[in-house]
Amino acid sequence: MAGLELLSDQGYRLDGRRAAELRKVQARMGVFAQADGSAYIEQGNTRALAVVYGPHEVRGSRSKTLHDRAVINCQYSMATFSTAERKRRPHGDRKSSEMSLHLKQTFEAAVLTQLYPRSQIDIYVKILQSDGGNYSACVNAATLALVDAGIPMRDYVCACTAGFVEDTPLADLCHAEESGGGTTLALALLPRSENIALVQMDARLHQDHLDALMEAAMMACKGLSKVLDSVVRQHLQEVSVLTRE
Amino acid sequence: MRETPLSNCERLFLLKAIEEKKRLDGRQAYDYRNIKITFGTDYGCCTVCLGKTRVLAQVSCELVPPKDSRPTEGIMFFNLELSSMASPGFQPSRQSELLVTLNRQLERCLRNSKCIDTESLCVVSGEKVWQIRVDVHVLNHDGNLMDAASIAAISALCHFRRPDVAIQGRDITVFSPEERDPVPLSIYHMPICVSFAFFQQGTYLLVDPCEKEELVMDGLLVIAMNKHREICSVQSSGGIMLLKDQVIRCSKIASVKVSEITELINKALENDRQVRKEGGKFGFAESIPKERITALKREQAPVEMKDIEETADEIVREAEAPSEAVHSPVIVATGTGQVGEGLQNTWGLEEEDAEEEFQGGMDGKEKKKDEVMVISDSEEEEVVILKPEAQKSKSRRPKN
Repeated sequence: MAGLELLSDQGYRLDGRRAAELRKVQARMGVFAQADGSAYIEQGNTRALAVVYGPHEVRGSRSKTLHDRAVINCQYSMATFSTAERKRRPHGDRKSSEMSLHLKQTFEAAVLTQLYPRSQIDIYVKILQSDGGNYSACVNAATLALVDAGIPMRDYVCACTAGFVEDTPLADLCHAEESGGGTTLALALLPRSENIALVQMDARLHQDHLDALMEAAMMACKGLSKVLDSVVRQHLQEVSVLTRE
Repeated sequence: MRETPLSNCERLFLLKAIEEKKRLDGRQAYDYRNIKITFGTDYGCCTVCLGKTRVLAQVSCELVPPKDSRPTEGIMFFNLELSSMASPGFQPSRQSELLVTLNRQLERCLRNSKCIDTESLCVVSGEKVWQIRVDVHVLNHDGNLMDAASIAAISALCHFRRPDVAIQGRDITVFSPEERDPVPLSIYHMPICVSFAFFQQGTYLLVDPCEKEELVMDGLLVIAMNKHREICSVQSSGGIMLLKDQVIRCSKIASVKVSEITELINKALENDRQVRKEGGKFGFAESIPKERITALKREQAPVEMKDIEETADEIVREAEAPSEAVHSPVIVATGTGQVGEGLQNTWGLEEEDAEEEFQGGMDGKEKKKDEVMVISDSEEEEVVILKPEAQKSKSRRPKN
């Protein structure tokens, strides 16, 4: 894939965005009536669905119960039709297990689990269409679903990917940019306190560029948090209008 | 079997020690344990000892058809296994979180960073390529498996030699090691993982945590770098909140450590190459130190024995009298079982006791002091108790 130009001379990327521009975000909350909380998010062509059940009693093995906190259980899966080639194993393979683990760690840090001792919160995320930034879409969808379920959190958890091409950091990578061989940094941030819940980077990057790359990812996350905030407020408005009548 | 949980007092002790910048084995916060790298008799076999953590890596190769999406590239396959001998908590059947994390981190560190030239592994484009398989086995778990595994894997890859191949049209001839010398892999750079453990919500940072420190830590940050100061992978795990400056600072520490470790690996490879060239003995059996006592010889050590009696008496005189630990010694004769602490019987006789105490007061207590309670099933009426008398100081005269 050497011929693919990730950043043109005029500063435009493959899909016509500027270097620090995010993809179009559209989100809906309260998608399912059955679940305690649910959300659907579209970031460009990546679509993710998140469903939250809880807090409820610990199901399955009682030994997982923590006496002072809630247990967060995450499951990440990709729909078989989400990628260009049909996915043979939607969940259970190593990448999905790793993603589930990362989601669990991210939300254990953000959710106020001390308020629900001896209980369990389930977060199920499914990727319906994958076009880069799978982890970020999952985290953003799960944040909205948790807000929809009414579970208290320290702050919005916003995630975004960032890349590096010829000394310019790119924000919010699509699939072609991710697999183009350049660097990909995925960052989950709590915007107000600037605390990083999770940082993950693959592929080579010179140490001096790390600062610029992380800064670009953090700016993208902060921009995303504003979008999520507006989505939540709009949803609240709609719901309150309906209930008033 | 489940792992023994860490007790609360151990946990508190470790945390307090870390607050005072002290570690259990006396290291500084940014120090690594002793790293020992040894190679086996076959090419591609490497054992790394990081303190007491021991990891074995073996590289093997095979000719296979390539992936459809990449017909001109070889295949790298990584597999890490937690052997049950490493820790009582490791069971072969369970797909534990640790296993998934370690495997994925090893894959990302070595595959995504493109440390090996996969195009050079191609034999016939679209038909036959080399599949390089790296198997890492954890032999002993004393913390920081990730670093040990990455060092072992990259050392094994540098040490490995694949068979030489000759292509004539569509025919492939694979030469055995006797016919033609095997060829080393082309490795661009050596990515090495450095683990940072965070404590007390990110206030304290330790490099290379040992097993006890891992049980107490809040979270882990693994940075893989090579000696050219390129970061190959960053991964934070555990529910910790990091700040950007912490990550940058860790990357700076990591670059220093990685250059040291790369030097060590190169030295070990060089040593092995020298030994093989000279025809000396090499392999694991040679490198395991023979901890056998073959002779017991003690030198005559002079001991100062002048005026020993006077100094001993002086010390005894100036020492404080030992505090009376037990007011009324309770002696249990042989052959008696006992439930409880052996204090005075408080069943149902409380009222009488209370009256007695009130009336008796000090007298009763003094009496109890001298009295020695003996709990015994023996039917002997008189029980004789030997009291330690003041021993006459027996001085030992040195044999001249």
